[in-house]
Amino acid sequence: MKKPRIIAFLILVLAFFAGNFAFPQYFNQASDFVKEKTGLWLPKFSEVPFKLGLDLQGGVHLVYEADLSGVEEADKSSSMEGLRDVIERRVNFFGVDEPVVQTEQNGDRYRLIVELAGVIDPSQAIEEIGKTPFLQFREQKEDFEDILEKNQEILEGGEGEITDPFQDTDLTGQYLKKAEIDFDSTTYQPSVSLKFTDSGADLFEQITEKNTGKILAIYIDGILISSPVVEGKISGGNALITGSFTIEEAKELARNLNAGALPVPISLVSEQTVGPTLGKISLEKSLQAGLLGLVAVALFMVFFYRFAGLLASLALVVYIVLILGLFKIIPVTMTLAGIGGMILSIGIAVDANVLIFARMREELGSGKSFPLSIQEGFKRAWPSIRDGNLTTLLVAFVLFFFGTSFVKGFSLTLIIGILVSMFSAIFVTHNFLRCFEGTKLEKIKWLWK
Amino acid sequence: MSLPFAKYRKIYFVISGIIISAAFVCLVMFGLEPGIDFVGGSIMEVQYSGERPSIEEVKNALSGIDLGQVTVQTAEEDRHIIRMKNISEELHQSVLEKIESLSDIEELRFESVGPLVGKELKEKTSLMAVLAVFGILLYITLAFKGISKKPLPSWEYGLASILALGHDIFIPLGFFAYLGHLNVAQITIPVVTALLTVLGYSINNTVVVFDRIRENLIKDRRSSFEEVVNNSINQSFSRSMNTSLTTLLVLFAIFFFGGETLRYFSLAMIVGLIAGTYSSLLLAPLMLVSWMKKR
Repeated sequence: MKKPRIIAFLILVLAFFAGNFAFPQYFNQASDFVKEKTGLWLPKFSEVPFKLGLDLQGGVHLVYEADLSGVEEADKSSSMEGLRDVIERRVNFFGVDEPVVQTEQNGDRYRLIVELAGVIDPSQAIEEIGKTPFLQFREQKEDFEDILEKNQEILEGGEGEITDPFQDTDLTGQYLKKAEIDFDSTTYQPSVSLKFTDSGADLFEQITEKNTGKILAIYIDGILISSPVVEGKISGGNALITGSFTIEEAKELARNLNAGALPVPISLVSEQTVGPTLGKISLEKSLQAGLLGLVAVALFMVFFYRFAGLLASLALVVYIVLILGLFKIIPVTMTLAGIGGMILSIGIAVDANVLIFARMREELGSGKSFPLSIQEGFKRAWPSIRDGNLTTLLVAFVLFFFGTSFVKGFSLTLIIGILVSMFSAIFVTHNFLRCFEGTKLEKIKWLWK
Repeated sequence: MSLPFAKYRKIYFVISGIIISAAFVCLVMFGLEPGIDFVGGSIMEVQYSGERPSIEEVKNALSGIDLGQVTVQTAEEDRHIIRMKNISEELHQSVLEKIESLSDIEELRFESVGPLVGKELKEKTSLMAVLAVFGILLYITLAFKGISKKPLPSWEYGLASILALGHDIFIPLGFFAYLGHLNVAQITIPVVTALLTVLGYSINNTVVVFDRIRENLIKDRRSSFEEVVNNSINQSFSRSMNTSLTTLLVLFAIFFFGGETLRYFSLAMIVGLIAGTYSSLLLAPLMLVSWMKKR
């Protein structure tokens, strides 16, 4: 076999794997079918799903602005991290896949971005998230021991509801000035030190006096974080939460306390909700548009460039499966904008082939041999192809680095699309064409002109 | 087959002149209607499972709530797109209730952008646009550096392509000013993205034609400049048309079948691409011929 044929064969093998990686269901069905009929075991492709953006699977994208005006400059980022942790915990209760909670700083503005995919009630999510992180100090109820005993019985298999053994005190996060990680001077065990405001210090003194020898539980967002035993009345407004913390845990607790204590008010500044129905419609419609575009372009190429156009269309199919496979491997989150970029790159992908074939025809027309025409066509079209893709790439890179999320999604797939299309339009088509050098097909003029 | 493009260049200039004037009139009269991503506001798309109420009915139902200026637009067969000022989640819920009282609905999407976020997006997008245009201008300077000394200096090639670029951006902007006036489409981030992409694409077409002119000026020393340009246009014609057509095919596919969100994105590209193909084949090279004649 000649070299171009080996390469063409390898390309087709690559395309086969990429295609089945992108759409494994068909091959796997066939594999099952064969197994059922003949008992022959065939391997299967792993069914990795495409990563879909919120606009294609439905979901909520929320942007909150955090008011950090009351926070000292040095503590701003730790307050934001605390805020993020609290909200992450809240969001985890919604039970959505891979919720995203991110902080973003824009000049002196601090933002919190929350993305929840799938079917959820946006108004409920907004309500849950919008609650300010809440720190509480809670004391034992009068009948603390009894309650614990009863709870224990219930846990051991009895029926009934577990009773909360603690009750609220007046001391909440609003009286906390600062929480910091601290280390014991002899054991180096990390702990968290609390500093209360003046009125907080008075409250703390009263509560600790009343609860000496008992547990003073620390709750954040209604979840028990720590339950230290009060060793005696504490005045001065300083407290230490000890426990078997790791450094990380102590840091996180301090951060959470700071966030709960500050409190950082947040306000919703932007909301984007896509219902699951629309997500599904959008996905179907955009894929349909892509497929129709592909068919239209392929027909066009065959009509104008005959056999060469057919090969270019084949290269286009190779291009599509390669790019879809790449999107899965990288993985690129598919958004509507991204699919738009990909579909557009189909148009651009044949652009290079149009340039090459136009030149090839000129060369064939001037009486050059088939192999020489191919060679010249590619050689002469190359500068135009390079320049053309460069300008589009240039713009796409600017869009990618300076654009907002829609623009980034579009430009990323456009960039990948242009690069892969250069490969398919030049390398793939070239080798496909060269397979026909010296064959009978080469002599049939109407196939090529 | 060779068409006498250069001979009738005035016609092409006049056609462009008329369209640009129309675009200019639209821009001055209507101005650009920014979408909610740039000024803040809310947009809601609802699908009716029962009968779709009339626009008036929806407006009346909402008249009791302070929503700023409300526009209601029909979409598909069973949907409304409602635009209003930036509203809170509670207001959003009461808007939904009001519409639900008219007919059974499903909310397909809701977007709300605060005015500050809008201002930021506007700044970011402007920066992006300026950088993209700057990048293209830089590319033009590099691409035409030393393209020729005779008979025209290289900066005139650069100038011609920049003028063509202005033409390509002006026409879609005018078109969208008109659509904004009709309350059909606004200037949104997708539209800006589309226009910038088209600029990158159409400058390339101009460069290809100019490359041909340069090549032919060296090969063919007997013909006049006008003839050389005319030949170059003819040689590039089918190539430019074909590459634009393949791209237009996919864009039309997106426009007709790609759904609401990508519709105006693809429309902006379609208008820009047509303007770009026209200007790179007919305006930019023929401008060179006119300048040559003036010497």
